[in-house]
Amino acid sequence: MKKTYNSGKIVTTALMLLLGLVFLLPFLWMISASFKPEVDVFKYPIEWIPKQWQVYQNYKEVWMGQHNFALFYWNTIKVTLLTTVVSVGVSSMAAYAFSHVHFKGRDALFVVVLMTFMVPNLSITVPQFMILKWLHLIDSHVGLVLVGSFSALGTFMLRQFFMGIHKDYLDAARMDGAGQYRLFMGVAVPLVKPALVTYGILRFIWTWNDYSNPLIFIRSPQLETIQIGIQKFASESGAFYSLIMAGTVSAIIPLLLIFIIGQKQVIEGIALGGVKG
Amino acid sequence: MNTKTSVKTKPRKIIREREENLAGYVFIAPMMIGLIVLTIIPTIITLILSFTEWSFIAGINKIKFNGLENYVKLFKDQVFITSFRNNLILLLVVPLQLILSLVIAVIVDKYVYFKSLLKVMFFMPYISSIVAVAIVFQLLFHPSFGPINQTLKALGMANPPKWLADIHYALPSVMIIMIWVGIGFSMIIYLAALQAIPRDLYESAEIDGASTSKKFWKITFPLVSPTTFFLLVTGLISSFKAFDIIKVLTNGGPAYSTSVVTHYLYNTAFEGLKTGYASSIAMLLFGCVLLITVIQLYGQKKWVNY
Repeated sequence: MKKTYNSGKIVTTALMLLLGLVFLLPFLWMISASFKPEVDVFKYPIEWIPKQWQVYQNYKEVWMGQHNFALFYWNTIKVTLLTTVVSVGVSSMAAYAFSHVHFKGRDALFVVVLMTFMVPNLSITVPQFMILKWLHLIDSHVGLVLVGSFSALGTFMLRQFFMGIHKDYLDAARMDGAGQYRLFMGVAVPLVKPALVTYGILRFIWTWNDYSNPLIFIRSPQLETIQIGIQKFASESGAFYSLIMAGTVSAIIPLLLIFIIGQKQVIEGIALGGVKG
Repeated sequence: MNTKTSVKTKPRKIIREREENLAGYVFIAPMMIGLIVLTIIPTIITLILSFTEWSFIAGINKIKFNGLENYVKLFKDQVFITSFRNNLILLLVVPLQLILSLVIAVIVDKYVYFKSLLKVMFFMPYISSIVAVAIVFQLLFHPSFGPINQTLKALGMANPPKWLADIHYALPSVMIIMIWVGIGFSMIIYLAALQAIPRDLYESAEIDGASTSKKFWKITFPLVSPTTFFLLVTGLISSFKAFDIIKVLTNGGPAYSTSVVTHYLYNTAFEGLKTGYASSIAMLLFGCVLLITVIQLYGQKKWVNY
């Protein structure tokens, strides 16, 4: 293959990069605002690169001030990791059974799972609230993890990947006397590991970004996650815009890190599964 | 000999079947229990409650059945009608987003270098927290000192729109943000679809002297139509489900101009504490999603060219 650069393509690339940059301006503005003293935030023309820097004070105020970002962070990390682990585990077990175990009523049950996917989350929050209350799990992280963990979407998406495993692999192991547990853990799971990672990353992002569940199921301020924390912080800080922006940057950074690390998996996973959180 | 083996294998087969059944149920049990307790039972409860007048803090014995009264009331409820109308307007986001993302996807697929960098750039809004995005846009759209209006004023516009603070501009502003957030998602899916189109189709079209626009309309557009249909359906459904962005960005205001069904549902259920009435809103929301899904099932064969 000979690599030739053609000028039309270079121009298009430049234009698209420019468009992409415009697309990212809200983020650039946010980051830039979080680095400045308050008085410079709304200066016009916009100082994209701050003339006066105030990074340390802004972020220190956000993280060490009266709004306890460290605690919000810790709560969110806890809930997000637990939800991701439980969701990947439960979904992959179900996905494996729905693709490789022949049990009675399998197809009918799978249709039931798919049907639950159509129910809008917000439609059922009141009964969910009542059930969690009855289980004494309202206003607890366990309750929040449970509400976020059982998704038809995960089952459906992972099933697609499990179906890609050829029956012969499993049959060969079965001949050696492996039971279903060993078939699942020893053969199937290692083969779909990349898919599990992809789904795990997506579930992580969705849970980290989840706003409505913590809004409804968490009451105590010390249990709040970052999404609720940042909103309260924003509405209570009034005109301290650079601090608010430092807060939003803090809320987004873990997502960016995860996305940059797992970029390939995320994009491929979305393209393959065609999924929406 | 023959009979012997069949006698021997038959019970073994039955045992194996039983084992398979048992294994299957054990494997799906956690997911099924979770879905039954946290989705299926709540859906049934919502349906039942939609025929009652009740507040969930009042205790089960206070439930009063009132038949279809809630539903009748809904159609006379001005706030509900406004919210529903806003939802219908929000549906416009989907086609606009699809057009833009298809154009970007086609360009990124074939006509540029740095493909993966561009993909990441356009995808960024989708993975960012919607709460953070909403807060940033509140400032960007600020009527007097927000950077957008300062720029517009500097460009000579004397009275730029007040965006989120103006009842006429608030909903369009929300729509702009929704398009911005969603473009990356549709673009990624379109890119996957574009890569699946066989290259020789384009090559033979080029031999026949087809222009770029002709290639787009005759090859690309029809061949991605299943994807377009998929994105259209999921997009319409998720625009009915949109809640976070409205709640954080405008809280339904000003003057209900950005109120949507989910937002009204949330307010009725958790602030007004009218559980029965809220449940009827919930069922209508569910009904809309169901309707789109049913249309999809019947329409797919008719409208999609493979």
